[in-house]
Amino acid sequence: MELYSLGIKELGNKLKKGEITSADICKSLLERIERINPKINAYVNLDLGFLQKKAKESNVSSYNNFLAGIPLAIKDNICVKGELTTCASRILSGFRPPYDATVIQKIKKSNAIPFGKVNMDEFAFGSSTETSCYGPVCNPWDLSRIPGGSSGGSAAAVASDIAVAALGSDTGGSIRQPAALTGVVGMKPTYGRISRYGLLAFASSLDQIGPIAKTVEDCALLLSVISGYDTKDSTSVNTGIPDFQSTLSNPIKGMKIGIPKEYFKKIGIEKDVYERIEESIRLFSNLGAEIIDVSLPHTEYAISTYYIIASSEASSNLARYDGVQYGLRLKDASTTMEMYKKTRNMGFGNEAKRRIILGTYALSSGYYDAYYLRAMKVRTKMLRDFEEVFKICDCLLTPTSPTVAFKMGEKLEDPLSMYLSDVFTIPVNLAGLPAISIPCGFSKAKGTELPIGLQLIGNYFKENLILQIAYNFEQKAQVYKIKPEGL
Amino acid sequence: MKIINDKIVQHVTHLARIELDASSTKAFTRQLERILEYIKKLQEVDIEGIEPTSHPLKLSNVTRDDIPSASLTQEESLSNAPDSQNGFFKVPKIIESK
Repeated sequence: MELYSLGIKELGNKLKKGEITSADICKSLLERIERINPKINAYVNLDLGFLQKKAKESNVSSYNNFLAGIPLAIKDNICVKGELTTCASRILSGFRPPYDATVIQKIKKSNAIPFGKVNMDEFAFGSSTETSCYGPVCNPWDLSRIPGGSSGGSAAAVASDIAVAALGSDTGGSIRQPAALTGVVGMKPTYGRISRYGLLAFASSLDQIGPIAKTVEDCALLLSVISGYDTKDSTSVNTGIPDFQSTLSNPIKGMKIGIPKEYFKKIGIEKDVYERIEESIRLFSNLGAEIIDVSLPHTEYAISTYYIIASSEASSNLARYDGVQYGLRLKDASTTMEMYKKTRNMGFGNEAKRRIILGTYALSSGYYDAYYLRAMKVRTKMLRDFEEVFKICDCLLTPTSPTVAFKMGEKLEDPLSMYLSDVFTIPVNLAGLPAISIPCGFSKAKGTELPIGLQLIGNYFKENLILQIAYNFEQKAQVYKIKPEGL
Repeated sequence: MKIINDKIVQHVTHLARIELDASSTKAFTRQLERILEYIKKLQEVDIEGIEPTSHPLKLSNVTRDDIPSASLTQEESLSNAPDSQNGFFKVPKIIESK
């Protein structure tokens, strides 16, 4: 078994036993990156100096936790001190943060190695990783297809064994949807579980950092390291960090899994996706879980609510990119106003402009009540829907995405159809709940074998419960062992 | 009846400090019209007496202890600036000459 193909747990065991060193992992991974990355375009910046230094430093005695000595890929919207951090946008070209994000501090403290920045949709605006200024990322299962987005670089890197695990961010499905479309595990933790300090903001009331990994257990291990209250993020919550790993293999007999009927309307869901999810529900039933039908009546308003709130917050957050403090500036402007306008026109891609315009419109005088205020009230109704169902079940099960990976370019010029691909993931962000996507099977309908993911949604701060339910499924279904061939 | 037109988009792009050429303005107007048409769906929801949610968790007035600690130096803060002078960010002139 090549080292690059292993996950955190397996590599951690080998490191602890002294069978391998961190340098061995880095060597194996770098050779593979050199061969595979040109086909996938996942990494946009590698810090080889840091990697070599850390790989040399690490010795058996420093491998005191499962992350120690493990190289990790980091989405390009998370600040790593001194390393290019651009949100895959021209407007941040050349930006090197003078500080580490809290999650990066935690990773470095555990002696893991954040060595590479991975590709994404510009400012995380997208579901296909096609809007990056570095060019699109390809799906390792079929290079003519998108890997999902916006954390498409993180997911494709893990799926193609050029990363052991990765950090992504999820505002409307940006971790879970690419994890589903590339056949890996991705988790959006509860809003407030992980500090957002040093995550370049997209929509502050929805954004959350989370792990993308090869297995549920790896996901739990990485989550343990990056979780926790942070005085630098006033929305992080001081609840203590449970041991996410130790409860994974507890049986799930008697647990109540809710099936929200609004997520199973056959229209819009591909046949194979529907069938794999139905098979998965039967598997959960065989594991002793109790399957109950539930309803989330306001689901059909989720996308509208989301695009108003997310775009409004984005238009405000992106006001800071004006050519003054960092990144791109258009030279030769004779006034500051001209500099702002020309810099922003040149620096932002089309999707970023679309969202800034939509958000500015929704917040502007005369439209605020009809759009933003109304969306915030509908959000309240959606939160109440979830409150009701969690009175009667432990978690909810849904498809992660209504379709398998689509063709590159297929939805790029049709923003609305791109938005609709996040229909099952968006409500979770609006409510701030934790959710995980795990591989549950494949579709051969498009000629090539393409992965399908199922989503488990938990109640607030119940990550340990959905990880346990996911782990039980994963061990029974064994889908995660199947990897893309022919790369 | 269209929800949005070129004129509104031009006004909004000015507010957002983005300069669009005529053909991009037309393309964005067309795409935004479709998106707003879809979003109209929200008008059906009965929101009478419902409080708005700006944030999923019920947190308010979070402060940290007022203890001085190290922060970025002036040099670090300016390290990414496209232009700076004497420890300040430098921009083109703000007051236009007649």
